[in-house]
Amino acid sequence: MTTDVHQLDDGAWISVNDSREVNVSDLWLLARSDFCGCETTDFLAEGFVKVGIDYPDIEARIAGQCIACGESGVTDWLTVGRVVDPESGEFYGVDHESIHFPEKRTRLARPPE
Amino acid sequence: MPTKVENWKDEVYGNEIREHLMEFAEEGWDAIPEDEHDAWFERFKWWGLYHQRSGQESYFMMRIGTPNGVIEPGQLEVIGEVAKEYATGPADNPEFGDAYCDWTTRQSIQLHWIKLEDIPEIFEKLESVGLGTQQACGDSWRNIVGCPVAGKDKHEHVDAWPVAKDLHETFKGNDDYSNLPRKWKVAIAGCDEGCGQGDINDLAFEPAEKDGELGFNVRIGGGLSRKEPRLARELDVWVPPEQAADVAHGMSALFRDHGDREDRFNARIKFLMDEWGPEKMRSVLQEEYVDFELETAGEDMRDQYSYNTGSQDGHNDHVGVHEQNDGNYYVGLNVLVGRMGADDTLELAELADEYGSGEVRLTQRQNIIVTDVPEENLDDLLDEPLLEDYSPDPSPFMRGSIACTGTEFCSLSIVETKNRQVRYARWLRDNVELPADHDEFHIHLSGCTASCAQPQIADVSLRGMKTRKDGEPVEALDIGLGGGLGDDPRFADWVEMRVPADEVPGAIKNLVNNFEDAREDGETFRDFVEDRDEETLAEMVEPEETDYHDPYMHNTKMTWYPYAEDDDMQASPAPTDGSGEPLPSDD
Ligand code: HEM
Ligand code: SF4
Ligand SMILES: [Zn+2]
Repeated sequence: MTTDVHQLDDGAWISVNDSREVNVSDLWLLARSDFCGCETTDFLAEGFVKVGIDYPDIEARIAGQCIACGESGVTDWLTVGRVVDPESGEFYGVDHESIHFPEKRTRLARPPE
Repeated sequence: MPTKVENWKDEVYGNEIREHLMEFAEEGWDAIPEDEHDAWFERFKWWGLYHQRSGQESYFMMRIGTPNGVIEPGQLEVIGEVAKEYATGPADNPEFGDAYCDWTTRQSIQLHWIKLEDIPEIFEKLESVGLGTQQACGDSWRNIVGCPVAGKDKHEHVDAWPVAKDLHETFKGNDDYSNLPRKWKVAIAGCDEGCGQGDINDLAFEPAEKDGELGFNVRIGGGLSRKEPRLARELDVWVPPEQAADVAHGMSALFRDHGDREDRFNARIKFLMDEWGPEKMRSVLQEEYVDFELETAGEDMRDQYSYNTGSQDGHNDHVGVHEQNDGNYYVGLNVLVGRMGADDTLELAELADEYGSGEVRLTQRQNIIVTDVPEENLDDLLDEPLLEDYSPDPSPFMRGSIACTGTEFCSLSIVETKNRQVRYARWLRDNVELPADHDEFHIHLSGCTASCAQPQIADVSLRGMKTRKDGEPVEALDIGLGGGLGDDPRFADWVEMRVPADEVPGAIKNLVNNFEDAREDGETFRDFVEDRDEETLAEMVEPEETDYHDPYMHNTKMTWYPYAEDDDMQASPAPTDGSGEPLPSDD
């Protein structure tokens, strides 16, 4: 089956194959990002703005704020989890509390919403 | 390219959702195909059902739309019964027990922990007394708000209640407007106090006089959500009451056709107003959507507005005993954070019957009003023990508190809200003294930027955030000051960010004390804030730990229910079947 990914309820969560998988209100540690001046951005996720797939990665651009310096905005593309086997569609979320490296671009499986 | 939500809406939306909903309810939760969950939950909103957050799968929030907040004789009892019988979940709330009703900031009613399987019975009970959930959520005409004492108020110039009722009847279930690009919020009021809060609605009718005739001026494009608050802008149109519905037809058709269906974040009419401006909005309305010549705006009454203005005189809310235009009285009761236990609701229904006409009304400040009380019944009503908890004369901190749903049920939330605000209000009541000439002080707490508690229009605005305390993430609040409505409406200035939630009561105490010391004689809090820059104000807000204790510092969104004994996400019983027994879940 094809992997179906979207954000719903005004960006409150990411659905992967009709299952709620990633939620706002988590803190993500972002390194090497130009989101703010902090060495590591202590990022509070407030809303999923765009979602995409770069197999096997599920990626998102997230609106939120660095709770260390207060800078707010939208991140570059972040891997939020993986669907390793598209047949089963099973989603493995990443540990948001470990360090993440946002990327400028991702290949979109479908046009962004 | 239209969004996925638009595609789902193209397939099934509006009235026809009901059949499917009833079928699923009949067969049970498992009958909803797993790969259609998202589509169906999006559609169910149109019938007032909103799937609760992660960890609470298979449970729904149910919203009942009561136009203008009017709950007719006989209806409150049914609302209380439905709450008691069906709105109970797998765990109790420590402040409010196992069943309760929420009176909302848009004069609606919210119940929680509703099971899909119970919906047919609930609909039958509600509909037997003329209540309903249709279009209470979803991309449609939402519950119409207005002056809650319309038709009874001594300050009224046009009786807006028949007009509101007519709009409600015309646009509820109307297939021409059942699939809009986004929600459509309408306010209408005929009084000179501004309690319709038209400024924060998509379409507002406000009382105005033209050539000696009373009618309404029209404003468009207000709303608070996200970090994009907007005040509705003047359309330069006046309508007599009998033409209000025509303009409403026209404006909502314009929105239907021109609102952005490709980007839900950009869909509300406030963004179309940004793009077009009022002149173009007016001319498109005139040329394409109405078939009579629109009149230019009349003389409004905004300079008399007092509602939620911080002016410390006139009606800042509807709490207290007030004489109606027919010589009876209405008694506005304070409901702290808008939540009333089901048993209390049932008792209030009896009191309203015994002492008044049986009617009650909801306000946009989450309070409830018992109307039509003859003078000779007043003392007995006021002596009722229930009014000790829902007081017509509460502390300003109890009275001014509004809180949204927050992490208890809501998927967008960042922090716990209602129980926290209850604790804040009690602590502030016991520990903080306002200047003697201040008996109104509004504190609105929203769990995220969607702003359901209308934080930007309060004296003190609180908005969910996080911070670290001793390295650990804790729930926190941004603090804003000096918002309010009136002739010169103003959104709060956000002056102090990411204050740990347990330091907020101390911050408010210090702020009030600093205000008392620095103010000029007679200066209101709102004027005081307006006259000072952000930096000066920030210095006056000194966050501080006090003996206030906050049991919800621990990232409550990560729990399945913040107050459960074992609150771990893994301990959630959800999803459950119709009798509340856990179902196997593949999540
Ligand atoms: C289960 C989740 C939610 C709950 C329990 C909830 C609760 C509420 C309540 C009680 C109100 C006031 C009542 C009314 O509109 O009739 C409200 C209004 C509002 N809600 Fe929500 N809400 C939820 C989700 C959302 C979401 C996902 C959004 C974002 C799309 C949102 C945005 C708003 C806004 C903007 C208002 C009105 C504020 C204004 O006056 O402009 N809510 N919500
Ligand atoms: S303001 Fe945010 S947290 Fe509160 S009910 Fe609305 S969407 Fe939920
Ligand atoms: Zn930073």
